[in-house]
Amino acid sequence: MIKQELMEVVDQRKLARNIFEMTLSGKLVDEMGQPGQFVHIRVAGGNEPLLRRPISISSVDKEKGQFTVIYRAEGKGTITLSSRKPGEHVDVLGPLGNGFPVKTDDTQKVFLIGGGIGVPPLYELSKQLIDVGMKPIHILGFQSEDVVFYEEKFKELGETFIVTVDGTTGDKGFVTHVIDRLPKDIGSYYACGPMPMLKAVSEQLEGIEGYLSFEERMGCGIGACFACVCKTNQEQDGREYVKICSDGPVFKAGVVEL
Amino acid sequence: MSRLQVELPGLSLKNPIMPASGCFGFGKEFAKLYDLSQLGAIMIKATTVETRLGNPTPRVAETPSGMLNAIGLQNPGLKKVVDEELTWLEQFDVPIIANVAGTLLEDYVEVAKAISLSPNVKALELNISCPNVKLGGITFGTDPIIAKELTAAVKAVSSVPVYVKLSPNVTDIVSIAKAVEEGGADGITMINTLIGMRLDTKTGKPVIANGTGGLSGPAVKPVAIRMVYEVSKHVSIPIIGMGGVSEVEDVIDFLSAGASAVAVGTANFVDPFICPKLIEELPAKLDELRIEHISELIGRSHRV
Repeated sequence: MIKQELMEVVDQRKLARNIFEMTLSGKLVDEMGQPGQFVHIRVAGGNEPLLRRPISISSVDKEKGQFTVIYRAEGKGTITLSSRKPGEHVDVLGPLGNGFPVKTDDTQKVFLIGGGIGVPPLYELSKQLIDVGMKPIHILGFQSEDVVFYEEKFKELGETFIVTVDGTTGDKGFVTHVIDRLPKDIGSYYACGPMPMLKAVSEQLEGIEGYLSFEERMGCGIGACFACVCKTNQEQDGREYVKICSDGPVFKAGVVEL
Repeated sequence: MSRLQVELPGLSLKNPIMPASGCFGFGKEFAKLYDLSQLGAIMIKATTVETRLGNPTPRVAETPSGMLNAIGLQNPGLKKVVDEELTWLEQFDVPIIANVAGTLLEDYVEVAKAISLSPNVKALELNISCPNVKLGGITFGTDPIIAKELTAAVKAVSSVPVYVKLSPNVTDIVSIAKAVEEGGADGITMINTLIGMRLDTKTGKPVIANGTGGLSGPAVKPVAIRMVYEVSKHVSIPIIGMGGVSEVEDVIDFLSAGASAVAVGTANFVDPFICPKLIEELPAKLDELRIEHISELIGRSHRV
């Protein structure tokens, strides 16, 4: 159920250039389950900035009643968020949206493909897939070495490939270059990242069951304002459009027109 | 009678708080969060004869204390709204104000005639002020003669009272208000959004795909208050005021300016629980102001 709560900042730290990890605690964590959902955060009181900021949940610790988000501080809102300190409270609405299905299959192998700030939700997804007996292979793309985060954490969970556009760490190029040389004996794949990456990946892995998580400028985050609509491939879906916030942000590959 | 109860043409409101059209969809998303029967009324998303997919994205952009939007009247069309959305809303004990839009006068008439027959639609809100569609919308709301003609045409076919939603994007809003009153309007809702634009500092290009968008949120409240104040002096039909309402004090201000009830727009996007919160906070605010019944506040600003 969607709830609103003033949650306590437990931890706030910088992971890489402009990349922050924030852990929040509160009752709202009880409502969290599916990986790939997001929260809508009011970064400060008052009218500046006015709107909430949608940020995906990167991990959930039900026992401690805490969850973690990883975000890029690049606009006024997220920069303000990065200045919030442990002990302070932030207004959180969530959990929102439909996340990734945690599925099993005989191959046990899945690709988890992330680009930049699309990487965080794959962390909770990977943990949950492992819990049901899957063996995720992580393919994570970044612009350059200084914005890479969670490399070690993903490596602890399974096979992990890092790729950077400028080649400053890992392979040079895009996630598709890594996928090219890997055997495609996977049951399904999951991807979160910028639109061009989702497009390239879904073309490259056509025929394999895939789940894509989308990003779009949002207003309300609950499906009421119609700001984040996307066209669908109607032959496959039947709906004329979908709302990223409430119908998604995760869709089966092929549903949303890329 | 409850101290928050307000009686308006066609509308018996438990309280003067209602979500504004376009900021609440058809209520489904909010029904997951709270009981919609708490609301004074619901102004549903604009309905056109045909299905509309709306404008390309990006459709919204944040601005200082406000936001721009250019959704483009996306809606499932008259038939689906009547058969599905309004039927679904019948489970709640709340009057519906149906926002009616179109390209031609005939479109407004067709929607008004059909939608006003839905049992829970207690009033219409004529959308002659949408700034985000190329045809219709605001073109009806910026010329007093056309506004009057459209009001009269819809009034002739509607089974329920007709409110007209005014645009602030005019030189003289009072002349439009008087014209729709002469055309037979039972009430006025105001204001719609102010046309604005935000540019991307890096590229120099508009952030919103439509170029311009409608400005809403706390930033527009002073403009809305001024307009409600002016219009209420010159018409005798009631006004439902809106524009940047996000706190209980804003509700008081709109009533003082001359509105009889208040709609909440953008604030629903910031805090989806805002309407029930405002309703809950009102009685204490009335106590603080030493007001017994909310109607005592209406038009206080005009009293000598």
